Amino acid sequence: MPELVIKGATVVDAAGRGGTPTDVAIDAGHIAEVGPNLDGDRVLDASGCIVSPGFVDLHSHLRQPGKEEAETIETGARAAARGGYTAIVAMPNTTPAMDCAAVVTEVLELGRSAACEVLASAAITVDRAGEQLSPMGELTDLGVRMFTDDGTGVQDDALMRRAMEYAVGLGVTLAQHCEVSALSAGTCMHEGEVSARLGLPGQPAEAEELMVARDIALARLTGGRIHLQHLSTAGSVELVRAAKARGVAVTAEATTHHFTLTDRCVEGYDPVYKVHPPLRTDADVAAVRTGLADGTIDAIATDHAPHTIEDKERPFDAAPPGMLGLETALALALTELGESIDLVDLLALLSWRPAAIAGVEDRHGRPVAPGEPANLCVFDPSAIWTVDPDDTASRSRNNPYAGRTLTGKVRHTLWSGIPTVIDGVATR
Amino acid sequence: MKHLLSVRDLGADGISEIHELTDSFVEVSARAIPKVPALRGKTVAWLFYEDSTRTRTSFDTAARRLSADTVNFSVGSSSVNKGESLRDTALTIEAMGVDAIVVRHSSAGVPWQLTRWVDASVVNAGDGWHEHPTQALLDTYTLRRHFGSLEGRHIAIIGDIKHSRVAGSGVFAFAALGARVTLVAPPTLLPASVEGWPVEVAHDLDAVLPTVDVAYTLRMQLERQRGALLPSLREFTDRYGLTARRADSMLHHAMVMHPGPMNRGVELAAEVADGPRSLVLDQVRNGVPVRMAVLYLLLGSGRPDERATTEEEGAVHA
Repeated sequence: MPELVIKGATVVDAAGRGGTPTDVAIDAGHIAEVGPNLDGDRVLDASGCIVSPGFVDLHSHLRQPGKEEAETIETGARAAARGGYTAIVAMPNTTPAMDCAAVVTEVLELGRSAACEVLASAAITVDRAGEQLSPMGELTDLGVRMFTDDGTGVQDDALMRRAMEYAVGLGVTLAQHCEVSALSAGTCMHEGEVSARLGLPGQPAEAEELMVARDIALARLTGGRIHLQHLSTAGSVELVRAAKARGVAVTAEATTHHFTLTDRCVEGYDPVYKVHPPLRTDADVAAVRTGLADGTIDAIATDHAPHTIEDKERPFDAAPPGMLGLETALALALTELGESIDLVDLLALLSWRPAAIAGVEDRHGRPVAPGEPANLCVFDPSAIWTVDPDDTASRSRNNPYAGRTLTGKVRHTLWSGIPTVIDGVATR
Repeated sequence: MKHLLSVRDLGADGISEIHELTDSFVEVSARAIPKVPALRGKTVAWLFYEDSTRTRTSFDTAARRLSADTVNFSVGSSSVNKGESLRDTALTIEAMGVDAIVVRHSSAGVPWQLTRWVDASVVNAGDGWHEHPTQALLDTYTLRRHFGSLEGRHIAIIGDIKHSRVAGSGVFAFAALGARVTLVAPPTLLPASVEGWPVEVAHDLDAVLPTVDVAYTLRMQLERQRGALLPSLREFTDRYGLTARRADSMLHHAMVMHPGPMNRGVELAAEVADGPRSLVLDQVRNGVPVRMAVLYLLLGSGRPDERATTEEEGAVHA
């Protein structure tokens, strides 16, 4: 008898949506059988639920090493599992930065006992300083598939060109936090009517769009693959749409907050709403949603960025940017996009498309079918719940959705056939 | 009223209420013993994260004339320089039993953040580039005393508007009282957007100046040359400085204001600042009774102008 069976869920994967609820039997880390009336040593009830491939987050800040009071790989991965994720890409802006074999190895080692697969990204440049390439070949040999200086963009055009050329030889993807620092230095929100009213220094949408445009041009020049992180402006979406139409090898992600929140959230000066790139306008939110719906944007990412309560109680302009996201992403996608984007396409944005960008499509985002790795998410698409920042596996509480009522909740998550979350509760 | 955070919360009625109270405190200030017991037993804390001799002295004088006790938590004299968080500092002050916290901070929004942590009244004495509501209250009071009413008056606010909390409050107070407001500055010194602001925008001071009742000049900070906001202070003065020649182009009755401290010869020529059009010292003078009115409105009860008892007058003399 198989070790475990998920009972009574509707299968949704890249092949589409299953007709009737069914059972999924799991054994030795893989799906053994999909069909009615299966038995297993252990049964997970999933009536009324969807079973889909587990989610893949291209953008998680796990804060370890260096800022363990805000998050650790263990707690961040646990939050991810509670959000239905089976793989997350750890961003390299740790202290020290993930720019060398020692730090990347440490992160991968710590990730081995975590609640989901922890993939290491690595910095493009040494110490993310934008001056000298990191040992990209050595880091690729350790398993890194995505390089980024996230937190800042690579400002130097020539250096970015060389990084992209070098990446072509390694077969890896460069990811960019698009922000021209000359236009954004000293700012803490989107520049516009709201920033002027609040007396806060803002950065224009163009600070992002200029680098989006440059990187598209460099991708064309070098033939390299560029992944554009957390697109936040209507102009950026349009640039990516046009680039894809011309066949440039560009992919893009959007965060949950950039399709749900606007700069008006800053009106109370609560730094929980401070984030980079900043929350933008209604028109930008609408453009990001359209980009997600029409395929211009390939993935929903979280940019999960934990910060301590003390840090988020500093003056708005002095507080660090970032907000939590791993435990709310699915529910925000279902609640905010569920009417405009078909469920299969929505799950594509959360699972198999980011899996391909992260280079883990051999084991994540796979079909729910016999023989496939059992990396699965079981969620109730109609469960209604209210976000409580204290109900989290994260060490931090900087959740911008406190008190918001959402529809759709993760019930079980399985990674390599092992339940990491059962009935919403993390098991490891 | 619990806090004074923004003039935008007051509206014309709120501003007028404070101005009416101010009248009674002007009378108090003219007395031989300019002191009333209105806030006896109340404690006001100064929490100034930025140097400010003028505003703090004005508030301090106002509090003393109302018989309030004061405590000072300003930079250099407290833990605010020792890494203590905003919240801890606020809670510490409140634990000492203060009734109001008057705060100035270089970051916009800090007064709003404080209101989430303390029960005391919070007075915004200037937050970043954002607001300086008591300045706008004393400016509008000064103008009402001079002109009778602001209705239909044309006020040009000139210079570094982008970084000016004085302008950030002034615009809305002037407009609330019926004035027409024109911002005059190069685009680099204007806010990123004035959408929704009750203002017109102009870049040519010489065209605007002959049409105004009030030329409100702002302090031009020397560091604005950095970041290419200006080619040079010389060019700023040449195009936007209120020189004696320019002042001559103003209407006969038109007046000049400045929130201080002035850069004489940069935004305002010395002979204009000291000349018959200047309301600069009236502004300073009215600062004390306006701030008395604000503190009284937040903390007071009973008649504001009730005289101190003989015993207290004796105590004052002692």
